Amino acid sequence: MAALTPPAGTAAQPAREAAGRRHRPRLWRGVVGLIAALYFLGPLLSSLLFTVDVPGQGFTLGSYSGILGAAGFWSSLRLTLELAAATIAVTMLLLVPALIAVRLTAPRLRVLVEVLCSLPLVVPAVALTAGISSVLQWGPDDFADTPLFQTFNTVQNPGFPVVLLLAYVLMALPLAYRTLDAGLRALDLTTLVEAARNCGASWPRAVLQVVLPNLRGALLNTGFLTLALVLGEYTVASILGYQPFAVWIVSIGGSNAQMSVSVSVLSLVLTWVLLLLLAAAGRGRSARPPRGTRTSPAAPAPTLQEKS
Amino acid sequence: MTATTAEASASARGAGGATVEFHRLYRRFGATVALDGLDLTARPGELLALLGPSGCGKTTALRMLAGFEHQDAGDVLVDGEDITRVPAHRRGAGMVFQSYSLFPHLTAAGNVAFGMRMRGAGKSERHRRAGELLDLVGLAGLADRYPHQMSGGQQQRVALARALALEPRVLLLDEPLSALDAKVRLTLREEIRRLQQELGITTLFVTHDQEEALSMADRVAVLRAGRLEQVAAPAELYARPATSFVAEFVGTMSRIPAVRTGNGAQVEVMGARLPVQGELPSYGELDALVRPEAVRVALDPRGGATVVAASFLGAITRVTVRLPDGTEVKADLPTETAAVLPPGSAVTLTLPERPVLVDHRVV
Repeated sequence: MAALTPPAGTAAQPAREAAGRRHRPRLWRGVVGLIAALYFLGPLLSSLLFTVDVPGQGFTLGSYSGILGAAGFWSSLRLTLELAAATIAVTMLLLVPALIAVRLTAPRLRVLVEVLCSLPLVVPAVALTAGISSVLQWGPDDFADTPLFQTFNTVQNPGFPVVLLLAYVLMALPLAYRTLDAGLRALDLTTLVEAARNCGASWPRAVLQVVLPNLRGALLNTGFLTLALVLGEYTVASILGYQPFAVWIVSIGGSNAQMSVSVSVLSLVLTWVLLLLLAAAGRGRSARPPRGTRTSPAAPAPTLQEKS
Repeated sequence: MTATTAEASASARGAGGATVEFHRLYRRFGATVALDGLDLTARPGELLALLGPSGCGKTTALRMLAGFEHQDAGDVLVDGEDITRVPAHRRGAGMVFQSYSLFPHLTAAGNVAFGMRMRGAGKSERHRRAGELLDLVGLAGLADRYPHQMSGGQQQRVALARALALEPRVLLLDEPLSALDAKVRLTLREEIRRLQQELGITTLFVTHDQEEALSMADRVAVLRAGRLEQVAAPAELYARPATSFVAEFVGTMSRIPAVRTGNGAQVEVMGARLPVQGELPSYGELDALVRPEAVRVALDPRGGATVVAASFLGAITRVTVRLPDGTEVKADLPTETAAVLPPGSAVTLTLPERPVLVDHRVV
């Protein structure tokens, strides 16, 4: 037996080495996590400190309380949120039925739809805006009373600029397409729809009650990406002369540096809160399996022999 | 069977078995002809298996009955009613798909109750019926499980319960067992047959597995290139195949050279004169088609045939024997008999004086 049992010292050494190897990835994860935290949280904390620590006054929330009363804050925030909601709705109403229809009835058109949806990626926002601007400014006087001219006027209504909504929908198309397409790829769409129809569901009910609930993740992600895009979009809105939240932040920054930084911090927090609310809303409606059902002792084994 | 199971059976049986008729169905996909004038009738309450190789049109016919495909010509009748223009969701045909087609966001009970929800049944009614049907398929305790928490066999049982929940006039099974492992397949095969007989529901079962078709069906329809080759009870199909295709597709057949005798009703096979089953081709060289269990093999040092291979199949062993002309013939022998005929043994073959199917020689 003695010959088979290595001395305690030599046996412990490989064990220590193995343990060391196991700990090394954790150590690296920690280091990477720390660097990432410093990279992201450092500027944020510095900004926060800058806004609440005023030389000579010490700690104060004055710059934050001032935001609420600042001219244009509420109107720009409301406009941005309205645009975000409308962009999400229009993008999904356009894309979801189109992608489902293409997959079910004309799969050969998928490539064409993909190319069309990806086109906005190769058109810079400045070029897009210049094009929109040129079209909207065009119109001889003779056209003044025509529906086309009136439509041009309507879409530029500063209360709710539809032209911005259309531009945002275009800009969101590539992101939304990729996300929804990935969600649809993960489903056996044809069989699901056929099974639903076989169970007595009409086409619309099959889509609403079977396809959409199983696309929840993709729909939520599309909502996240579109929301983030609209909240942060500056170029198009600024060139076309509208003042949603991002444009307002830049405009206030010129007059009051401290308030500008406060607004930036607040807009970040606002974005996170909205994203979290979207995620929570999606999770709340999702039908998650009850916890422990997989191994629940209450669930009897199948009556016939089969692997479970 | 529990009380609720009996109620579920009685309820589903209330739907009764319908007659299903395919009348001269044609369907073409581009250059491919999927159905080429298919004529077939399923009798009330029977389990009719549609058997054939890939691309023979069996699934196309089933999907036409379900309303997922349209025919270029011909009619689909259920109890004499032409359902060609009835949309899929109003056909009253319950279908179980090859791929597990359960709705991933619903529990087993939710899946079973889905069809009832579409029909406007109340919540308590749906809950009660779903419970009964899950009990009927042996999954009473798994009502709250989601598809991803169940095995393939369990998912197909839920799919079966979901199809039965609609109290369908016809049950359509599209290769429901092909994705399951062998043991589960065997068990579920018996379960489906038991349920179908209990409920007396007309069932069309698509499969390319001849063993599955022969063991489950009341009748088997063999399809080839969109046409019906033969429809018959399994035993008849096996014993008296109408065509050489059926003979070779259903079970195992050996082709042995046959010679005309001058008597149109007989051929000479391995020196023996045997009556011809069906019609004798009027020209060309011939082969006799012989089942392995019909071939007798005897050890004979002067015999011209040689054993070249043996496959152990349990109670029997399938022996491959090579004739002097190079033809290979398969013979099923009791394993004890085959034990004394190792590969290399010289043997003689004999055939019983029973009618044999004769076909043009395949080179």
